[in-house]
Amino acid sequence: MKKFTKLDALVVPLDRANVDTDAIIPKQFLKSIKRSGFGPNAFDEWRYLDHGEPDMDNSKRPLNPDFVLNKPRYQGAEILLARENFGCGSSREHAPWALDDYGFRAIIAPSFADIFYNNCFKNGLLPIRLDADKVDTLFREVEANEGYRLSIDLEAQTIEAPGGRLYAFEIDAFRKHCLLNGLDDIGLTLQHVDEIRAYEKRHLAESPWL
Amino acid sequence: MSAQTLYDKLWNSHLVRQDEDGAALIYIDRHLVHEVTSPQAFEGLRLAHRHPWRTVSMLAVPDHNVPTVGRGERIHDPLSRIQVETLDANCKEFGVTEFKMNDIRQGIVHVIGPEQGATLPGMTVVCGDSHTSTHGAFAALAHGIGTSEVEHVMATQCLVAKKSRTMEVRIEGELSRGVTAKDIALAVIGRIGTAGGTGHAIEFTGSAVRALSMEGRMTLCNMAIEAGARAGMVAADETTFAYLKGRPFAPQGEMWDKAVEQWRGLKSDPGAVFDAVVVLDASGIRPQVTWGTSPEMVVDIDGRVPDPASVSADKKEGVERALAYMGLEANTPITGIRIDKVFIGSCTNARIEDMRAAAEVARGRKISPSVKQALVVPGSGLVKRQAEEEGLDKIFIEAGFEWRDPGCSMCLAMNDDRLEPGERCASTSNRNFEGRQGQGGRTHLVSPQMAAAAAIAGHFVDVSKW
Repeated sequence: MKKFTKLDALVVPLDRANVDTDAIIPKQFLKSIKRSGFGPNAFDEWRYLDHGEPDMDNSKRPLNPDFVLNKPRYQGAEILLARENFGCGSSREHAPWALDDYGFRAIIAPSFADIFYNNCFKNGLLPIRLDADKVDTLFREVEANEGYRLSIDLEAQTIEAPGGRLYAFEIDAFRKHCLLNGLDDIGLTLQHVDEIRAYEKRHLAESPWL
Repeated sequence: MSAQTLYDKLWNSHLVRQDEDGAALIYIDRHLVHEVTSPQAFEGLRLAHRHPWRTVSMLAVPDHNVPTVGRGERIHDPLSRIQVETLDANCKEFGVTEFKMNDIRQGIVHVIGPEQGATLPGMTVVCGDSHTSTHGAFAALAHGIGTSEVEHVMATQCLVAKKSRTMEVRIEGELSRGVTAKDIALAVIGRIGTAGGTGHAIEFTGSAVRALSMEGRMTLCNMAIEAGARAGMVAADETTFAYLKGRPFAPQGEMWDKAVEQWRGLKSDPGAVFDAVVVLDASGIRPQVTWGTSPEMVVDIDGRVPDPASVSADKKEGVERALAYMGLEANTPITGIRIDKVFIGSCTNARIEDMRAAAEVARGRKISPSVKQALVVPGSGLVKRQAEEEGLDKIFIEAGFEWRDPGCSMCLAMNDDRLEPGERCASTSNRNFEGRQGQGGRTHLVSPQMAAAAAIAGHFVDVSKW
C-alpha cells in the first residue's frame, strides 16, 4: 500500500451532502475485474454530459463545464473537500479506487459513511473528519481564493491552512501507523496466526455446527 | 458480568485479539461472495501465493450481473459475462462452493444465505456488499466490507475491526393493515436520517419487531445500512428457529438441539445499556414513499412533496436539487405522482412473503395502460419455484407483470433491466440515489404491496385502503 506522510496540495470543493458511492463510480464501471483505471469515470454522471460506458474513450467525451472538478482552477487538486455523510451507500471499493486513480490523496468532510471510510485506508487515501463549522470555513476560503492549498501532516495530525492556521484531526492509532508506513493489513494479521488458530479451535469446539 | 447487548455478545464471542489502541481482530464464520467485489480479492490471493483460510466458510453466487431473461443462453454483455465466468473460475480454482447462474439455488446473495441456512444465529457474516446487514435478522453480526477486506477475510478468516457503538431502535405496538417491515425501515430512516446510525450497530427490538416474520426482519435489517449503520440485528427467538430448521446448511438432529440451546441466549440482557435509543410507535406508521434522491427523503402516502421554502436553510439546496432531479413540484400530493415502471425485487423485498403480498394486490386486476413495464424478479430460483407452485406467477402475468429469473436486476441496473432517462419507477429496492436504476432514472422506494398497487393504478395509492 502507498504510504501517506505529508501532503501539500490544491483543494477542490464538492458542495453536496450525502454523496453516495453510486455517484462516485456508477455501476456500469463495476464490471471491471481490475483495481485500476477507474479515475476517468470518477463522478461520471456529473462530470460528463453524455452517458458513460466502460468501453468509451473518455478523452473524447463532452465535459460538463459546471461540474466543479472540470473547472480549470481546480485541475491537479489532490484534496477533496466534501460535506457530511460522504461515501454513503454501496460498499464498492471501486469508489476509493476511482478517487485514488483520479489523483486524490485526502478527503476532508464533517462525516463519512463507515464502509467507505474503512475502504479509504486500504488504499493509501486519507479521509479526515473535521467539525462541520471548520469544513464550512474551508469551503468559503477555497471558493474565494484561487489556487487555495492545504498542507496535511499525518504524523502531527494537523491540517495547515494559508497563513499558518492549524486544524487538528483525530485518527485511530492503528490506521495511522499503517498509512504512515504503507503497511498491508494481511501481512500484519498473519503475524497472529497462532492466536487465530487457537481461537478457531476453541470456537469450533464450542459451536461444532459452524 | 454486567448486562450485555446482543451486539456485545456477538462481538465478544468472536474476538481473537484486542490491541490497546482499539483495533481488534474478529473471527468470521461465514463469508458470502459475489461476482462484482471478489475478482480483485481472488487476484490478490493469487499474486501473494495465498490460499483461503477456510473454504467451507465461503459460499459464492453470481447475482449483480445476471440477466433475468434468456438464461439458457450465454450472457450477451461481454463484460458481465467475463465477471460471472471469472467468479466460476475462481471458485473452481480455490475450491469454493458456488451456486452457478443456472442452479435452482442461485439468487441474490442475501436471499440465498438465509434460505440455505448458511446464515445462522451467533455467526459473524461478511460479504463485499453493504446489504449484508440483512443477515443480522438471525441474531448474527453481519456487515458489508470492501474488496481489500474480502481478500483479508479469505486469507486470514479475520477482519480488522473496531467495536461500534450500539443503538436500540424499538418499535412497539401493532402495525396497521397494509403497513410492512419496509415501511418501518423507511420510517426509521426518515426519523434518524441516512447518517443517523453511522458508527453504530442497530438492534431492532419491541413487540412490532417480535411479531415480524423472518422475511420482514430481513427487510428491516437490510435497510440498516440506509440509516448509516453497517449492521442491523434482531434477537433470536422461536420464529428464527422455525425458519431455519431443516434447511440444507443448518445443523440437524442432536446438533440442532445443541445449537438452539446456545442460540436462546442471543438477545440483549435485561437492563443492557445502548449508546442511543430511538422509539417508534408501530400503530403510527403509514405506508411510506420516498420522493427524493436519498432514502431519508420520505413521507407518508397521505403526504405531499416538500416545499424547499419550508425546510431549514441547511436542507434547502439539497431539497431543491432532489426535486429538480426527480422532476417534481413542491407540494404535489404523493398520490398524484404518476409512474412509468414498477420493480418488485431486490435483496430488500424479493422473498416469498414479498411475492405473496404483491400478488395479493395484483390478483384479478390489470396494470394501468400508462405503466410501460412492471417487473417481478424473485430473489432466488427456490423463491421462484415456490411462487410458481402457489400460482403467483399466473396472477402476476395475468395482471400484466413480467415474471423474471432471479438476480439483483433493476435495483442497481448492472444487467439490462434499467430505467431510461426521466423514467419514474415505483421500486421495492433500497436506494433512490441519482442514476441508481439507470442514468437519469427516478426512483420511489415503497413496499411490495405499494408497488403492486401503483402498477395497477398508474400512480401511488394508499394500499391500506384497498
